[in-house]
Amino acid sequence: MNVVTPFEGIGASVRRKEDLRFLSGRGQYTDDISRPGQAHAYLLRSPHAHARILSVDTAAAKAMPGVVAVFTSADMAGLGGIPCGWQIHNKDGSPMAEPVHPVLATGKVRHVGDPVAVVVAESRAQAKDAAEAILVEYEVLPAAVDMEAALAPGAPALHDTAPGNLCYDWQIGDKAITDAAFAGAHKVVKFETTNNRLVPNAMEPRAAIGDYDTTSGDYTLYTTSQNPHVIRLLMGAFVLQIPEAKLRVVAPDVGGGFGSKIYHYAEEAIVTWAAGKLHRPVKWTCERTESFMSDAHGRDHVTRCQLALDAQGKFLGLRVQTHANMGAYLSTFAPCVPTYLYATLLSGVYAIPTIHAEVKAVFTSTVPVDAYRGAGRPEATYLLERLVDVAAAETGIDKVELRRRNFIPTDAFPYQTPVALQYDSGNYFATLDQALETSGWTGFEARRAEAAAQGKLRGIGISTYLEACGIAPSAVVGSLGARAGLYEVGTIRVHPTGSVTVLTGSHSHGQGHETTFAQLVADRLGVPIAQVDVVHGDTAKVPFGMGTYGSRSLAVGGSAMFKAMDKIIAKGKKIAAHLMEASVEDIEFDRGTFRVAGTDRSKALAEISLAAYVPHNFPHDELEPGLDETAFYDPKNFTYPGGCHIAEVEIDSETGRVTVVQFTAVDDIGRVINPMIVEGQVQGGVAQGIGQALLEHAVYDSAGQLLSGSMMDYTMPRADDLPPVGVATHATLCTHNPLGVKGCGEVGAIGSPPAVMNAVVDALRDYGVRHIEMPATPAKIWNIINAGRRPMAAE
Amino acid sequence: MPQVTLTVNGKAHTVEVEGRTLLVELLREQLRLTGTHVGCDTSQCGACVVHVDGDSVKSCTLLAVQADGCKITTIEGLAKPDGTLHPMQEAFREYHALQCGFCTPGMVMSAIDLVKKHPAGLSEKEIREGLEGNLCRCTGYHNIVKAIAAAQDVMHGRRSELARAAE
Ligand code: FES
Ligand code: FES
Repeated sequence: MNVVTPFEGIGASVRRKEDLRFLSGRGQYTDDISRPGQAHAYLLRSPHAHARILSVDTAAAKAMPGVVAVFTSADMAGLGGIPCGWQIHNKDGSPMAEPVHPVLATGKVRHVGDPVAVVVAESRAQAKDAAEAILVEYEVLPAAVDMEAALAPGAPALHDTAPGNLCYDWQIGDKAITDAAFAGAHKVVKFETTNNRLVPNAMEPRAAIGDYDTTSGDYTLYTTSQNPHVIRLLMGAFVLQIPEAKLRVVAPDVGGGFGSKIYHYAEEAIVTWAAGKLHRPVKWTCERTESFMSDAHGRDHVTRCQLALDAQGKFLGLRVQTHANMGAYLSTFAPCVPTYLYATLLSGVYAIPTIHAEVKAVFTSTVPVDAYRGAGRPEATYLLERLVDVAAAETGIDKVELRRRNFIPTDAFPYQTPVALQYDSGNYFATLDQALETSGWTGFEARRAEAAAQGKLRGIGISTYLEACGIAPSAVVGSLGARAGLYEVGTIRVHPTGSVTVLTGSHSHGQGHETTFAQLVADRLGVPIAQVDVVHGDTAKVPFGMGTYGSRSLAVGGSAMFKAMDKIIAKGKKIAAHLMEASVEDIEFDRGTFRVAGTDRSKALAEISLAAYVPHNFPHDELEPGLDETAFYDPKNFTYPGGCHIAEVEIDSETGRVTVVQFTAVDDIGRVINPMIVEGQVQGGVAQGIGQALLEHAVYDSAGQLLSGSMMDYTMPRADDLPPVGVATHATLCTHNPLGVKGCGEVGAIGSPPAVMNAVVDALRDYGVRHIEMPATPAKIWNIINAGRRPMAAE
Repeated sequence: MPQVTLTVNGKAHTVEVEGRTLLVELLREQLRLTGTHVGCDTSQCGACVVHVDGDSVKSCTLLAVQADGCKITTIEGLAKPDGTLHPMQEAFREYHALQCGFCTPGMVMSAIDLVKKHPAGLSEKEIREGLEGNLCRCTGYHNIVKAIAAAQDVMHGRRSELARAAE
């Protein structure tokens, strides 16, 4: 009989099932896979940001030792371009510019790293050697690197089909009403900022292996993906024209994604196509420096905004004008990030009566930019939370009080914002109060004085954030330009003797689904987690799935499992009723036991499943044998986690180095399934947020060379750059999914950057600093401190 | 082609390598010990750390020929033959010090060497500084630091928080 200890279900910090294989070196990441007879691919990439390809001479390379083949775009003439998954419309209703994104550069290269040719050889080293022998003649063209320069009249045009390098000019909210609100304002606060461009840098570099079965004509792609079914659809249908039935995509263990492994990349198509051409497996593994110029980057917004307030500090209206960098080509989700994942979030946790936002998306001679942990929501949160602090400084209203005055009241849910979203639940006062208390907010001035006595500048910063995740209702996103549905699929397969296999379209690349999802089953069906196996990441095993991003796995993928369990229970009740000769209405189910209400007659789930698979005594007229159910779950709304992050920083005035000395996160992510995993997710997100605030920046020079193009030059947060991160949760339940969950994967990266930057500005308040752009590097801070200004007297 | 003789996880191997072959390539590609990972090409990330004659070494930064005659331990060689995990592996599991697991082998190998070289024990700050050569993008290091702090007591034979938790 199945007995679940109460410690395995919802709310238990169960240790992870997946850890043993990772801790003993038995994970199976894509590069760990070797297919018999595999050859190795290496991509020759453009050294120029913008150039015409005059000729490519591969003759010498083809003659090099070990070389199997060399391909250029001429060899791939029949292939489609890499598709974009989202179409945004301009203000005038016309569709965005959507230039072709060829698998290999055709005619022109448009960013440093744009692939020009592929060498396939017996070994990776031989492929790399041969690539050096390819002669490419370029006519270098002026690059359009910076967004303002790219939009300027007469700027070099990257694509014939995108005049002025403009992808789209989009808006949301009511301009006339917003203008009227500003006309009647007591005060208008203006603010401009850049959201720094980042490189996601999951620790596992991307890799892909294409395999072709000459007998069946079937293709298999092993790839570092967060969503194998989506890759199968995009690559099969649009690029290679392989029917889904002939194409299997496997995303095995994946070493972190953070968004960068959502997208369909050229290399996936190249190895799959080449395997079919060469009739042998072809493997490609990215080198880190190569991933800096080929993985989609994140953020990169330049924004001007204005906030209108009344005399009491109540927000009357918000205007936002943002330029968002798309890079050289449209990556899979790119167009929706600065629109529906950004501008729709501009109300934040605040009751702002009217908002008008305009977003121009711009093509530049840089690597494509797409979603990176948080995707649009960190940009919106950073803008709002810095703006509110600036407004507090300019109105003289305390920054906590100003926030409280403008929070959406707790009894106002469901709350309709002026920018399309309807929040279902939240309590921003509760998370604020809890964070203020935990962080020792009221005792801060004593700590500031103590630090000052030691020659250190100490500051404290707050961020009260909200995000929208659990993406997304298919009909809604479809009307907004998504070319896919965003439901999820879950199968619950109860085996004859009562163990369970879960098949899920969600993909785990660090999130611990094998544990959390098993807990859902344990909690509901009463099967010990040791007997629940979670299968994901293989289109040949899992019916379908949209994958993992936008903190959707539990809210959408978990809800699909919940629905499938509903079906299991409903069928189980009918079988139980038959076996116990009772009426179905009288059967109750609780954690693994079907009972005839009010009696001691019961059947365990394993007895029911045995009867389902050995149906000697079975209601054949009414039911089919087996106990295996699949559900598709399409969410009714986004979910809306929110909360409060407080950072305390100390600045060494000699060096300008900022140290985060304390970090407090209080997040409302709805119901918590595994608190240990939630804390880990928040801590990891906060680390990336602190990285954005203090360390990380993808910097291009004016010729389009990526200056911070390796791990030597791009500052990744290390253990001694970060503080311990205290995490607490305060739940208001999501009202529209069966689990009451909201999602925890991105909150850390969304809430933390403005908390840190508000603290940095606070630490420097005596230096007359209104704003500092991210990252707050030692050089920047040192220059402020040493600008010749004497510290101004504290107000 | 040069020949290299080395002992890996207690087993002797003689392999032919190219002069340019890195130790990590020999381990991963020729011996198929894929637990040791490659996360960068500039010796920054530490995903590739193994023990060479007892010291932690970035195996992407050593030529295979330089390891001739050496004793190598990789993540696959840490647990006892009966499957009992090394206290550092156990602590990583107990304290949720891994998410995607990609940095984990290198992190564990570095941590073991760090603890061994500090028999008097490490403070939180010293652990953080000692992890300078290892990058993790998932965890924010919080739980890695906690795991190492707990494991050091077990490794040094002191009664640990970990042991107390298990009681
Ligand atoms: S692979 Fe990054 S340091 Fe060795
Ligand atoms: S656990 Fe993913 S990089 Fe450390």
